[in-house]
Amino acid sequence: MNILFITTGILLGISAIANRQKTIQAIWSAVRKLQAILLPFFLMIILVAIFRYLIPDTMITKALSVSNKWLGMMTASLVGSVALMPGFIAYPLCGILVSNGAPYMLISAFSTTLMMVGILTFPVERAYLGTKVAIIRNVLSLLVALLVALVTGFLYGELFS
Amino acid sequence: MKRNHVIYALFIGVFFIFLFYSHQTEFSPGMQIQQHFIIFMLQMLKVLPCAFIIIGLFDVWVKKETIQKHFSGIRGYAYAILLAGTTVGGLYVAFPLACSLYKKGASLQLIFFYLFAAGIFRIPMTVFESSFVGVKFTIIRLLISLPLILIFSVALGTYLDNKGFRFEECS
Repeated sequence: MNILFITTGILLGISAIANRQKTIQAIWSAVRKLQAILLPFFLMIILVAIFRYLIPDTMITKALSVSNKWLGMMTASLVGSVALMPGFIAYPLCGILVSNGAPYMLISAFSTTLMMVGILTFPVERAYLGTKVAIIRNVLSLLVALLVALVTGFLYGELFS
Repeated sequence: MKRNHVIYALFIGVFFIFLFYSHQTEFSPGMQIQQHFIIFMLQMLKVLPCAFIIIGLFDVWVKKETIQKHFSGIRGYAYAILLAGTTVGGLYVAFPLACSLYKKGASLQLIFFYLFAAGIFRIPMTVFESSFVGVKFTIIRLLISLPLILIFSVALGTYLDNKGFRFEECS
């Protein structure tokens, strides 16, 4: 995340040169926003910590190594919906699963739900969107993931095999 | 939302008491959970302050008229994809940014499109995925999901417009 530090630094620098007052205002706005959402974020971090203890990455790999494509797809979308993994862990894992012969529709369901559906991030999402809309957004995202997985399965010739 | 925050605070308090007692009694699951907690906390500390400062700069420098003008129509969707592609972290960064866009007058349709797209089009993720799983796989995923999220975001945005939806926490 070094790029993020550098980008933020450069933007802050340019902003400070252009207008000191506005830059201070921007930092205050950042502090205020972060402080308003601090509790949900804390809760999210705690939930992720507990989840990673209960279900370590090795167990996820095992759970996704099922040969039945339908069962695999369902497990993958469930695990992907709950888990919160950085890409540099998730995609090598997907690569390993593919080379072990996992169906592409399973990988697709896992990868899309992982990035779009957030059960552990729900406290944060709900603080912004409200409970109802947060649920709708997650359900629609799950639907997108399942449809994409089905088409992926079809295009890889897995769907009717 | 105040009542939720009280419940959150209670839960967080109980969690820290649990960590404290785990230390006292050398309770191994507690210690392991603490390790995970510290690792993820540090990750968040690397991302969140920077992300919120950039959002703060966006708030101060980008004019409402600019967003209203550019975040509309087909060009708006193209900008939303661009923004989604360069969003760092995860959805938890996309929400505060969406809230800022909302305050600057972007339409709900576009905001939900951005939120969906932030799950799908993030450039680092896409590059990772195509190199580990395959370019064909990634292209299929992007091409199939694009029309789906377009339909869903327009439908959801229009529905919520009619309901008079407002962002809850949007300071």
